[in-house]
Amino acid sequence: MPQLLLRRLLLVIPTFIGIVALTFFLIRLAPGDPILLIAGEHGVSAERYAELQQQLGFDRPIFIQFADYLWQVLNGNLGISVVTQTPVLEEFGKLFPATLELAILAIILAVVIAIPAGVLAAVKRNTLIDHSITAISLVGYSMPIFWWALLLILLFSVNLGWMPVAGRLNFIYDIDSVTGFMLIDTLIAGDREAFIDALYHLTLPAVVLATIPLAVITRMTRSSMLEVLKQDYIRTARAKGMSESSVIFKHALRNALIPVITVIGLQTSILMTGAILTETIFSWPGIGKWLLEAVYRRDYPVVQGGVLLIAGLVILVNMAVDVLYLVINPSLRQQK
Amino acid sequence: MSIKAQIYAVLFLLFGLTGLPVAMASTLVYCSEGSPETFNPQLSTSGTTFDASSRQIYNRLVEFKPGTTEIVPGLAVSWEVSKDGLEYTFNLRQNVRFHNTAYFTPRRAFNADDVLFSFNRQRNASDPWYSVSGGVYKYYNDMEFNSLIKDVIKLGDYKVKIILSKPDSPFLSNMAMDFSSILSKEYADTMMKAGTPEQLDLKPVGTGPFKFVKYEKDAFIRYQAHPQYWRGKEKIDKLVFAITVDPSVRYARLRAGECHVMAYPLPTDIKSMKQNPSIIVDEQPGLNTAYWAFNIRKPPFDQVKVRQAMNYAINRHAIRDVIFQGTAKIATSVIPPSIWSWQGPDSTYTFNPDRAKTLLAEAGYADGFEIDLWAMPVQRPYNPNARKMAVLMQQDLSKIGIKANIVTYEWGTYLKKSREGEHQTILLGWTGDNGDPDNFFTPLLSCAATETGNNRSFWCNQRFDDLISLARIELDQVKRKKLYRLAEVIFKQQAPWLTIAHSVRYQPYLKNVQDLKIDPFGGIYFTGVSLK
Repeated sequence: MPQLLLRRLLLVIPTFIGIVALTFFLIRLAPGDPILLIAGEHGVSAERYAELQQQLGFDRPIFIQFADYLWQVLNGNLGISVVTQTPVLEEFGKLFPATLELAILAIILAVVIAIPAGVLAAVKRNTLIDHSITAISLVGYSMPIFWWALLLILLFSVNLGWMPVAGRLNFIYDIDSVTGFMLIDTLIAGDREAFIDALYHLTLPAVVLATIPLAVITRMTRSSMLEVLKQDYIRTARAKGMSESSVIFKHALRNALIPVITVIGLQTSILMTGAILTETIFSWPGIGKWLLEAVYRRDYPVVQGGVLLIAGLVILVNMAVDVLYLVINPSLRQQK
Repeated sequence: MSIKAQIYAVLFLLFGLTGLPVAMASTLVYCSEGSPETFNPQLSTSGTTFDASSRQIYNRLVEFKPGTTEIVPGLAVSWEVSKDGLEYTFNLRQNVRFHNTAYFTPRRAFNADDVLFSFNRQRNASDPWYSVSGGVYKYYNDMEFNSLIKDVIKLGDYKVKIILSKPDSPFLSNMAMDFSSILSKEYADTMMKAGTPEQLDLKPVGTGPFKFVKYEKDAFIRYQAHPQYWRGKEKIDKLVFAITVDPSVRYARLRAGECHVMAYPLPTDIKSMKQNPSIIVDEQPGLNTAYWAFNIRKPPFDQVKVRQAMNYAINRHAIRDVIFQGTAKIATSVIPPSIWSWQGPDSTYTFNPDRAKTLLAEAGYADGFEIDLWAMPVQRPYNPNARKMAVLMQQDLSKIGIKANIVTYEWGTYLKKSREGEHQTILLGWTGDNGDPDNFFTPLLSCAATETGNNRSFWCNQRFDDLISLARIELDQVKRKKLYRLAEVIFKQQAPWLTIAHSVRYQPYLKNVQDLKIDPFGGIYFTGVSLK
């Protein structure tokens, strides 16, 4: 197992260099120039343009810029945003907890509902229950998130007034940001009402964000379960006279979970990279929206640094999934 | 009470809690459209940044009277202008206190040193503050303060003289603009000594109605009323900017009572807002002009008759109704009606395809021709959808035998290529900076602007240019208005543009908000506002 992890870690190095190079050149290949975009209709004179280029370091040959950037990254310096003049790492650090808090809640919500639903559909194959679950998950998977979020807001927030429309906390509460996780910060502050308010604010965005993973995981669990239930060892287990629940949960589900975990891992990394639509609609201060805005403004350091950090997260999640495989499937452990 | 009843009671309490309107009466929540780039208005040109900084936190020597483009005293009590128009002496207000915040305690009141500090940072490349936070003072340069201001001299603790290199009548208006805000030198020195100069731009200290409390990017900004504000403490105690990027969500938050005032509504939502009994929608023509410019360096637009024909060919009423949903004013002048030198309605050009055809025939183009029509790729305050507008214009043009090919590029590229004169005709616009007519004429239509390319027609008419130059140095407003009238006659006859529309600005807010004034520059001020 340590050997496998080591091999994985070594692979990370070329991956990272590849990502740095790709983002660096791709964002520069896209038409657009941060200085011209900031200038807008007013424009800039040629001298002033040259001066600004020099200030931002864009006047040097592109390969020298790249070498310099690579060197800075290796030294742990991700640069400073052209727009806000704040270090990229600092901005990321402030916004990421919000994304993570929402992602964790959404994925928990998705898994808790999806796995039982998938198992149920597989066990009750070709019944009304199975068809309903399959149909609902298909609808969930095809749902335009933007529309779905606005629909929920209009129903639960504007018309019924049960849920807040957007934001992380009502402004009557002034909670100091310690961890950046609103649920934890309100607990640290010892404000029970604020904690409950934070939960309320999390509900709709988490439901919206969980919709697609919920559908994907349900479908994956169902098909994987169906596959496993056909296996000889299941028939053997039943023939041994084991109880049906023991057959399903001990023998079938555990084996069926392996592809499901891959999917959960993939979905988690997608959620952690920031859900642009959900964050925009619920005014959630996360990294998806931050990165999108940086692309619009051609804020090169933010795009490069942001993509790099996210890539790092995806790699981390993938490694965690690999470790989970080993825990769940003893046969993999023995191979190594 | 049974356990079940208790659970219901708790649930009821919870739902009740979230159903509460935003807060206590003294907290006003504003759903703003985005995060500011900085809290120092000298470093930005973005309205979002000005709303969050200069308009709540800072004061200028002179200021715009709320809701107007009129100049009133700010941190200067009075000022004198020398006869040659080159020297402005400002008498400063005494006993003006800077904000006392969690991160800075001021030990002295505002004085001349703060004025010198605020201008010198933008003025002198050798100033130690010049390069802090990137050192890009775009607006200072855009308004030509770099060549206009020769010196800023302290004549005493409460007297400052600014010497100009040439007389300039928009100068005072520019002194009321956001980038002319006054920052604290004492705070700056403290931060410099602590080795954290950039804090000056991130954690502001000003003299304005509200002091900065807390900012979380993409989430909120918190302010508190400045207890020693020199105009008197504000009625609102706490001010919150709830950053809400999506306009439909801003509207939903307004309806749910999560905010009292919202920024930039969608044109399509205006009707439903007006029908909502708890919402008030104020409106005012924006300080902007959308135009269609003809590049006179490219035939056939070198001919006056062709340009005039274009002015008759386009149905601007249809554009107003379809593109602006009826919420705009058709532009008959270079400047919008909210500027004092506006000459009143003008009917030189109306929609008249027959007249257009005749003019084209007279110019020798009876059979029409093919042109490029550039349309912007982005939504701007003066034009919500340029590509759709171009399609409407394309149909109008086809009726007089002109085939228009719509061209578009990424926004930065679009501006650059057109500045270099690659286009034949182009859709563009302008948003006013200081409410002075010169701010439209000189940047967009002067001969000098053909050099920089901001004059997208590359139209240089000596008589017109002389008139607007004279108007710029003339200090008497009545005489200036006459000069602009003469200039506009030449503009109409020569027709380098078709002026299209001035968009209307809408400001929705809840009924319990009182004395909110709609700002002609498109910004938002909460000074004087209260909650019922």
